[in-house]
Amino acid sequence: MKYESQRVAMPYFIFALILFAGQIVFGLILGLQYVVGDFLFPEIPFNVARMVHTNLLIVWLLFGFMGATYYMVPEEAQTELHSPLLAWILFWVFAAAGTLTILGYLFVDYATLADVTLNKLLPTMGREFLEQPTITKIGIAVVVVAFLYNVGMTALKGRKTVVNIVLMTGLIGLAVLWLFSFYNPSNLATDKYFWWFVVHLWVEGVWELIMGAILAYVLIKLTGVDREVIEKWLYVIIAMALITGIIGTGHHFFWIGPPEYWLWLGSVFSALEPLPFFMMVVFAFNMINRRRRNHPNKAALLWAMGTTVMAFLGAGVWGFLHTLAPVNYYTHGSQITAAHGHMAFYGAYVMIVLTIISYAVPIMRGRPYGNSNTAQIVEMWGFWLMTISMVFITLFLTGAGVLQVWLQRIPESGDAMSFMAGQDQIAIFYWLRFVAGAFFMAGLVVYFGSFFIKGQASPAEEVRGPATADA
Amino acid sequence: MAERFTKSMARNIYLGGSAFFVLLFLALTFDTQLRAMPERDNRDQLTEQVVRGKHLWENNNCVGCHSLMGEGAYFAPELANVFDRRGGGDTEVFKAYMNAWMNAMPTNIPGRRQMPNFNLSDEDIEALAAFLEWTSKIDDNNWPPNIEG
Repeated sequence: MKYESQRVAMPYFIFALILFAGQIVFGLILGLQYVVGDFLFPEIPFNVARMVHTNLLIVWLLFGFMGATYYMVPEEAQTELHSPLLAWILFWVFAAAGTLTILGYLFVDYATLADVTLNKLLPTMGREFLEQPTITKIGIAVVVVAFLYNVGMTALKGRKTVVNIVLMTGLIGLAVLWLFSFYNPSNLATDKYFWWFVVHLWVEGVWELIMGAILAYVLIKLTGVDREVIEKWLYVIIAMALITGIIGTGHHFFWIGPPEYWLWLGSVFSALEPLPFFMMVVFAFNMINRRRRNHPNKAALLWAMGTTVMAFLGAGVWGFLHTLAPVNYYTHGSQITAAHGHMAFYGAYVMIVLTIISYAVPIMRGRPYGNSNTAQIVEMWGFWLMTISMVFITLFLTGAGVLQVWLQRIPESGDAMSFMAGQDQIAIFYWLRFVAGAFFMAGLVVYFGSFFIKGQASPAEEVRGPATADA
Repeated sequence: MAERFTKSMARNIYLGGSAFFVLLFLALTFDTQLRAMPERDNRDQLTEQVVRGKHLWENNNCVGCHSLMGEGAYFAPELANVFDRRGGGDTEVFKAYMNAWMNAMPTNIPGRRQMPNFNLSDEDIEALAAFLEWTSKIDDNNWPPNIEG
């Protein structure tokens, strides 16, 4: 850590991990409700638990991105953060607003929550992932704008690296697209169309810029490969992400009202969306092969490799599986969608945040070469337990989805099984998914445990290899 | 990557490519929203009652369990075609069905998935029925494949 103000990333990372744990607890509740339908009913109905599960994910990833930004921008710009105090104030505002919103979901009936937060003045609630009260949405916008001001001033006053430029571009895009969450026309078809401007253009657009920037930064630090090479890769990756991902939004427009040309545009462009993720895999492994140093923080290196592979599998391969319109006609809104959603979010965004945490937190704790060997081994156990569990969650949900499509979607009306009858038939997959979820939770506990192991890696463990001919 | 492929070339592909596709996306959005959608989304039938139904749909977080045109949660049945599935495409039949259904919740059958009772008035339930009927008439390229949703 070269600049004292980078340390403000710490509370962001800690709070992100706390919310992550909450997300998984509610994931387990949901998984059980799929098979024991009245579990916790009426205290925590499914819709409430789901809202908590998904909103915690979104909020903790935002905390993770902000922490990453506060850590990276000063070091890249080679200057102290514009205002560490503002960063601290924003942390408490965002943490309080986030906590209050989640408590509101849990302890106040949703219709009452809409009422007391004056949703009728500017109705934005009750849409998937955008369930937050309007006042919370305004709060998020204010926090993000002040955050952008703070890191923007920092980036502008110092060295302008490609990592900083791409990161800032992604964050500004995130903020601008968030404005669409305030647009909720009374025409459902229009509402759905612009809803995707937030949801798709975040996760299959600007968030990929943020992911790419964090990955590039960590690879620069861990491999010592020349910045020029890494920056070139970063540009190509984000170019592919936006070239495929923007028109790729069309794969959400198949069955919600827009005209038929989207069937073609959405299919063709979203079929190319795995490309940027594939390039991230090639990028990470290539840079590691060409490394000029063996950084002793091997756990961080594992996360960096893991996130590219899992993002490619989850977002790329599992996305492609059901993205072509003739396939999606049968799979749209089935458990196959859920399978893809789980692995894509885990692989791309959960793991990139855990990558930067794995790299930066030991440094902020005064362990510049990483945690002790024991701590790293425990962290890697957490990595494998969570990652393998997520692979199984995805496989079981895919099994459930294929059967659901077979029973409920493919037969003609009259022969097809009803939704609930079909759900009973595939219960075994939901049970297995729940077991995999419990293993994920165990992995998370192990991962958390690694933070409590003392000691640090020694500089002597850093072996500088000979630079390769082309490096 | 070959040395001849420079960083500034990569940056230009990024800037040029994304600018082009942002503009294309905006053009397609204008075409979709201004030319195509009025023909497809049944907006001339968008009454006050339908709008009220949409707000009820949102304020009770229905999408937290159900899907609507395939979007939402996958815990409970698809509702964009429930007007056809449960109402047989008849407004009065569907209203009666909705009223009976909403008031029968929750079933409290042990172990089964439960839908809360949202304590809606008869007018609310009619508005919700009107919203779901209106939704069923959006031209969505003939999705879902069959009546079961």
